[in-house]
Amino acid sequence: MDGAGNGGRIRKMVFVTVGTTCFDALVKAVDSRQIKEALSKRGYTDLMIQMGRGSYAPSKVSEEDGPLTVDYFAFSPSIADYLKSASLIISHAGSGSIFETLQLGKSLIVVVNEDLMDNHQSELAEELAERKHLFYARPQMLQQTIETMDLETLVPYVPGTPKLVVDLMNKFLGFPTD
Amino acid sequence: MQLFLVLQEGKRGVFINLKGMGKVNDGILCFIFPIFVTIIVVRLMYVLYWVRKPNRSLRTDNLRTLIVLGSGGHTAEMLRIVNVLQKDRFAPRFYIAAATDSMSLQKAKVLEDSLIQQENSGRKMVEASQFIQIYRSREVGQSYVTSIATTLIALAHAVWLTFRIRPQVIICNGPGTCIPLCTSAFLFKLVGLGWSNIFYVESIARVRKVSLSGLLLYKLLLADQFYVQWPQLQKKYPRAQLVGCLM
Repeated sequence: MDGAGNGGRIRKMVFVTVGTTCFDALVKAVDSRQIKEALSKRGYTDLMIQMGRGSYAPSKVSEEDGPLTVDYFAFSPSIADYLKSASLIISHAGSGSIFETLQLGKSLIVVVNEDLMDNHQSELAEELAERKHLFYARPQMLQQTIETMDLETLVPYVPGTPKLVVDLMNKFLGFPTD
Repeated sequence: MQLFLVLQEGKRGVFINLKGMGKVNDGILCFIFPIFVTIIVVRLMYVLYWVRKPNRSLRTDNLRTLIVLGSGGHTAEMLRIVNVLQKDRFAPRFYIAAATDSMSLQKAKVLEDSLIQQENSGRKMVEASQFIQIYRSREVGQSYVTSIATTLIALAHAVWLTFRIRPQVIICNGPGTCIPLCTSAFLFKLVGLGWSNIFYVESIARVRKVSLSGLLLYKLLLADQFYVQWPQLQKKYPRAQLVGCLM
């Protein structure tokens, strides 16, 4: 499909999410000129930011002021629709956001919040990055990650199942196995 | 037997002097106290022996199930497990979340409502699920001094809820809320007031280190079964069972 021309541009959306946390460092980084240019160079056309409890509000940018449109909101009961329509997701390291994204088969960059005191979240992101299910970056490295990432190298994540846990619980309790 | 509590003024202030009436009463005191302690120790050893022993007989009844929810990914993981549980075996279900956590109980209600709609008329009627809030032991960043008081309040509330719910199964995956509840359930086991099987599933976010709740339940032998999702943890905690990623 030819995406050239004013009205015929394929729209590729980048969705940024911080969950219910406050992660101003990520929102600021994504709203910077360098990152917006980097995203635009990689072919993205729209940037939607879910900023959570943060205090830094990005500047909205419309299509004429381009190259990237920018919009934001604080919370939503469900971000599933945004995740589904995005081509790239940049997320904080919360396990809920990570798995909701991976289960939709989307490309994901996880940025760890270094201001959090107990940073056990980075363990999960690092492990999944080692298994090539996502890219993992510090806020300062985000631009480089966007510029150099090769989405083809990502391995699709096969969702797990709680079936084994439930079987073990049943067995322990003495219920007949199905 | 009569014991007198005598308040004596000494150089360092007032202190309490326990006076027995003669040798007979001293004897009883020396006799009863050690027996009491022995009973508790024997009972504790009995409980610790039977904890983690699977049930050998075939079970057919339903079990009162307590499900502990928590903020962040905890509730999402827990509800994923509940989704797969046999609803007629694990019933009635009691969901507990911290008082300051508004979202978790709502999500559980959504799940339970969808189950009611799927229910066929052939199933036997069990009690409806309940959604309960518990006082929080410690808020993030709370000072340790005040945390002691709030933890005791949370423990008292947990004891009351355990008494009311009488759970036979407790499923939890890591939020601080589960510690007072599991401790309370263990105390009930200790005094013989009911036996609950405690299943702990360490969160998927814990790859190399267990959470504080997990560590307590593992080391203090409070959980009947301890499940981990990543192989690194199973190597580190040999009594844990590897169940793979749930998400």
